[in-house]
Amino acid sequence: MAATPLLELKGVKVRYGVIEAVKGIDMKVNEGEVVTLIGGNGAGKTTTLRAISMIHAPAEGQVLFQGEDITGVPSHEVVGRGIVQVPEGRHIFPSMSVYENLEMGAFIRDKGDRKGLGEEVERVYELFPVLKERRKQAGGTLSGGEQQMLAIGRALMAKPKLLMLDEPSMGLAPQVVETVFDVIAQVNSEGIPVLLIEQNAQMALGAAKRGYVIETGEIVLEDRAEKLLGNDEVRKAYLGEE
Amino acid sequence: MDCNTGAFPNLFVTGLILGMLYALIALGYTMVYGVLKLINFAHDAIFMIGAASIFYLFGVWFGLNEPTGGVVLVSLIAVGFLVSGLASGGSAVLLERLAYRPLRRRGAARLSFLIAAVGASFFITYLFQQDFLLGTSEHNFPGFMATESALTIIGAQVNNRRVLAVLTAVALFLILDFFVNKTRSGRSIRAVAQDIDAARLMGVNVDRVVALTFFVGGFFGGIAGFLYGMVFSKVAWNLGFFPGIKAFTAAVLGGIGNVRGALLGGVTLGLVENLSTLCIGAEWKNPIAFSVLVLVLIFRPTGILGEGLSAR
Repeated sequence: MAATPLLELKGVKVRYGVIEAVKGIDMKVNEGEVVTLIGGNGAGKTTTLRAISMIHAPAEGQVLFQGEDITGVPSHEVVGRGIVQVPEGRHIFPSMSVYENLEMGAFIRDKGDRKGLGEEVERVYELFPVLKERRKQAGGTLSGGEQQMLAIGRALMAKPKLLMLDEPSMGLAPQVVETVFDVIAQVNSEGIPVLLIEQNAQMALGAAKRGYVIETGEIVLEDRAEKLLGNDEVRKAYLGEE
Repeated sequence: MDCNTGAFPNLFVTGLILGMLYALIALGYTMVYGVLKLINFAHDAIFMIGAASIFYLFGVWFGLNEPTGGVVLVSLIAVGFLVSGLASGGSAVLLERLAYRPLRRRGAARLSFLIAAVGASFFITYLFQQDFLLGTSEHNFPGFMATESALTIIGAQVNNRRVLAVLTAVALFLILDFFVNKTRSGRSIRAVAQDIDAARLMGVNVDRVVALTFFVGGFFGGIAGFLYGMVFSKVAWNLGFFPGIKAFTAAVLGGIGNVRGALLGGVTLGLVENLSTLCIGAEWKNPIAFSVLVLVLIFRPTGILGEGLSAR
């Protein structure tokens, strides 16, 4: 029997003015899963995430979270419900220290419980020891890899029920990409479902249980990750094989 | 050039006091700019409302025109801070709701905000010029605090009203610094100033932060209006014109969007315009103040400390 999916998109369309960037997609993330959405530049991946976060709400269709319709609720309430996004380009607060960035991550549940906050911060430092060394440094002075770690750590501070990552490997050195994906696996093993958006299809499909392929605003393929890895079209289009 | 060096102590002290008041007004411009990248040109009118609220409450309604002292005076000053702050802070929030938020919802161009700001400034200013409000004439500030010499600094006599103005400004800056850097609400303001999308993704209610920013800037502007009215013993519909534009200059001079820059810019401008009258006529005070603005815009457009509410 099929349980209610944690996140469900039904016929979601997103428009920028007259341009329809996402043309009616259906997607699901179940409890405990890592799901990836892969596709080329401008395919509509980031737009889909921004629609789920209600930064740019869908023009049509529905977004359901834990069975409830969240279409059109203010974006800060989406975070309050437990959908936390690590945005493309990391968006670290440049003049805040690493520690303050982490504090901002816990903004929705920061009601003066400094002790609880401290424990969470320690947990993030365990995942990314380099952040502990840099804790007093301004976020803007970190390297790209460190900023990505901080962005993920900051999102974890919110205690997400669903973690969404937008291109976490972009512009990073291969060993940093490894670290990031190790942490994604570890976070998921602790029970947090992940929706992962990537251009690096190889890494993403390796980490995910299921995958969706998006092209010009439409889902063209959906399957188990290992099947997508073996799919000829996917190999040609996204894994650089002839 | 003849320089009247004997006037230095007085001009220096006056410049310092006026500069602190400019700085207090400049906060309103700088905080709103930091968060919305909008120059709220209506802030001069918001400032005037602070002075007008005290004129009505203490002058017209309670007729407190005789000097008071002791506990009564202290209570009146405290009530005055609260009333002028709330009147201006409330007006600023209302202004944001009615004029700017609809434009934000539509994703309007920056120019639209600028035009709305200038329009709002004229609207409020000329509303208060009507006979049912302040009218066209200048009024005396309620005289509940007598003017008496309080202390002497480097040979310049400083009266008690001016001492109050400076002490209040210093205290308010310390409070603001703590609020912005150490509280959860302050952090949310800095977050929105640094990256509005990231702030949203952290669960920050951006509309609330914007309203809070207008309120805080307006609150300080209102208290500045109260103090300015008291120091110069006047209240008028156009009270905000020169202090407003000079505070804006101070904000740009120090680095708009930067709280410490507002303080530095305000004091610098107050000193420059007053000390310039040592050697040239006092009628040149305003041209000199605005030449400073032009020079800053040409040679260091980001101001002395640079832009950004973020800067600590």
